[in-house]
Amino acid sequence: MHLHRFEKIWLMLGAGGLALFILLLCVNAFAMGMAPPSNMEMIDPKKVAETPPFDKPGLKQVGDKEYDAYMTAFAFGFSPTKMEVPVGSTVNFHVTSPDVIHGFQIPGTNVNFMVMPGHINSATYTFDKPGEYLIICNEYCGAGHQVMATTIIVK
Amino acid sequence: MVIARKVDTDRLPSTVARPAARLGLSYIWVAYIAFGLAAIAGMVQGMVRGGIMELPSWTNYYQILTAHGVLMALIFTTFFIVGFLLTGVARTTGGSLHKTALGWGWAGWILMVVGTLMAVVTILMNEASVLYTFYAPLKASPFFYIGAALLVVGSWFAGFAVFASYRKWKKENPGKISPLFVFMSVTTFVMWIIATLPVAVEVIFQLIPWSLGISPTINIMLSRTLFWFFGHPLVYFWLMPAYIAWYVCVPRIIGGHVFSDSLSRLAFILLLLFSIPVGFHHQLMEPGISAGWKMIHVTLTLIVVIPSLMTAFSMFAIFETTGRKKGGIGLFGWLKKLPWTDVRFFAPFVGMLFFIPGGAGGIINASNQINAVVHNTIWVTGHFHITVGAAVALTFFGVSFWLIPVLTGRTLTRTANRMGMVQTVFWAVGMFLMSFAMHTMGLSGAPRRTDYTTYMDHPTALGWMDYQRVMAFGGGLLFVAAILLILILVYLTFYAPKGYTEYPIGETEKEQQVPRLLERWPVWIGLVAFLIVMAYGYPIMEQIHHQAPGSPPFKTW
Repeated sequence: MHLHRFEKIWLMLGAGGLALFILLLCVNAFAMGMAPPSNMEMIDPKKVAETPPFDKPGLKQVGDKEYDAYMTAFAFGFSPTKMEVPVGSTVNFHVTSPDVIHGFQIPGTNVNFMVMPGHINSATYTFDKPGEYLIICNEYCGAGHQVMATTIIVK
Repeated sequence: MVIARKVDTDRLPSTVARPAARLGLSYIWVAYIAFGLAAIAGMVQGMVRGGIMELPSWTNYYQILTAHGVLMALIFTTFFIVGFLLTGVARTTGGSLHKTALGWGWAGWILMVVGTLMAVVTILMNEASVLYTFYAPLKASPFFYIGAALLVVGSWFAGFAVFASYRKWKKENPGKISPLFVFMSVTTFVMWIIATLPVAVEVIFQLIPWSLGISPTINIMLSRTLFWFFGHPLVYFWLMPAYIAWYVCVPRIIGGHVFSDSLSRLAFILLLLFSIPVGFHHQLMEPGISAGWKMIHVTLTLIVVIPSLMTAFSMFAIFETTGRKKGGIGLFGWLKKLPWTDVRFFAPFVGMLFFIPGGAGGIINASNQINAVVHNTIWVTGHFHITVGAAVALTFFGVSFWLIPVLTGRTLTRTANRMGMVQTVFWAVGMFLMSFAMHTMGLSGAPRRTDYTTYMDHPTALGWMDYQRVMAFGGGLLFVAAILLILILVYLTFYAPKGYTEYPIGETEKEQQVPRLLERWPVWIGLVAFLIVMAYGYPIMEQIHHQAPGSPPFKTW
């Protein structure tokens, strides 16, 4: 099969760039610990309300300026409805759903993951700037999807 | 090695025989009826999300969104693709389809139409506002899922029509390499049938029994994995026919030649191999799939960069060599020699331009952790509107402007050509404005698939409002372009003057050597199967053995 010389150069540059890019993604994900949210924990979606810690959704301080936020996402809201942390806090969000699939996104941050019934998903974020951060559902979940939101206040 | 057949187009009938033409036209018109309805839904959606209008109480945003997605992404595309490929196969295998192929073709058409009607009726009754991804545990009417299954099975029958024609051609031309158009059509349908098997399994064994109440719960993780096993190759099923038009038809339209027969075939084989074992890149932000398996799918996904670069090179090589042959000089002089006022070239060319940012955006989407920035934001909507909604759709429009006259025995008049140019410009500008606004908003976090909302006047959400209006304005331009398109196509079907129109099929300038291996299907299908087992075997086994407690159905709309 004949390859034009320019095409060879073009494809070699493309393939080389691609290989480098994939390598960087791997370094990022596995050496620097920035893999996408991939929590493997499971939970019975019919028993979320009685399974600790999701029976009492809320913030739990686990260290100096570090919190675990156990939350539920349901049609059409989040629980707890009110959260407040001091500036500089690191929050580990753990979220599950008792009904359909939802999304969990904090616009302006890299916190963005799927919330699936039967599974718990997690992400961590350090809030360095004060403000009232919007938390929204970004996966269609029904007639009230557009009102499904809450906030986390960073003071 | 064998010598590629150098097609002598003058001696072949360059129109399509009546029975095949009637079949093709029937597919294409169902496609455009769906397109027209979807365009209305799309325009309304844009206006609502832009805060320009409110919906009456008998409907809702998500019902209209479901109608738009299903009719555009599933019905318009699938029907058009079948119509285009079947007529092209007829054209390149002697001008007609034999009885077996016609039989499969019509059986497929009937199944697909029945399936479409079932889906549309359930959507209109608000029994299926589950969007075109129908993620469980949102539960639509069983008839919606049965309709989807019929649509898929019908499209397989259309594929069998292509395979039957191919087999017949092979029998009549022993030892010869098949025509490029036929080879590409066969590759497209091989890919499609393999890719739709898992979604058929999802619909038939998971969703239908569960929606009928036979099985009380559903394995959500497995249903999503099976869906995206199909969901990504679906975009290649849209793209490959557009590539066929680029590789085979466009060179002839501009008076040039196919750049390289074997490289074109190789690009299609690579698309066949690497479009399927990649579905997890749509599930990067999900729990229940480990980071390692996600990375494997990301790597396989990005390999598609290679056939894309090959296509880009081929296209511009064709443009440059043709332009230079026509007397274009200097570094860019050849550009001036291209037929810019011929809509058959102009529309797909504009589509190609859209594909450049589209491809770049696709790399961002598939890039593992970077996906967190854009996942489920309206950036993604912007992305597939410039890929399928512009690159693919503009190519299909460009094809329609000559294909419909070929099939009706009419001609594309100068006025119709000029109207087509106007239509292309409106569509391109509309799509540019709309997708630019969507990409920008998405980067600042605006979610996709969401009714108009200010999230209780939260400042972050209020920052999106201006872009939403730009998006709605772009949608308005697109709607004007859609009406114009339908008018032109009605004219070309019923009113344009009778006459001869060419079905443009390009050929190589000189006879080219084509490696035999490229047509050894058992090798390629075996490799596809191997890649699929590697990429999906273990994760799917795990999802069945260690499944989360199942989910009962919900109707939340």
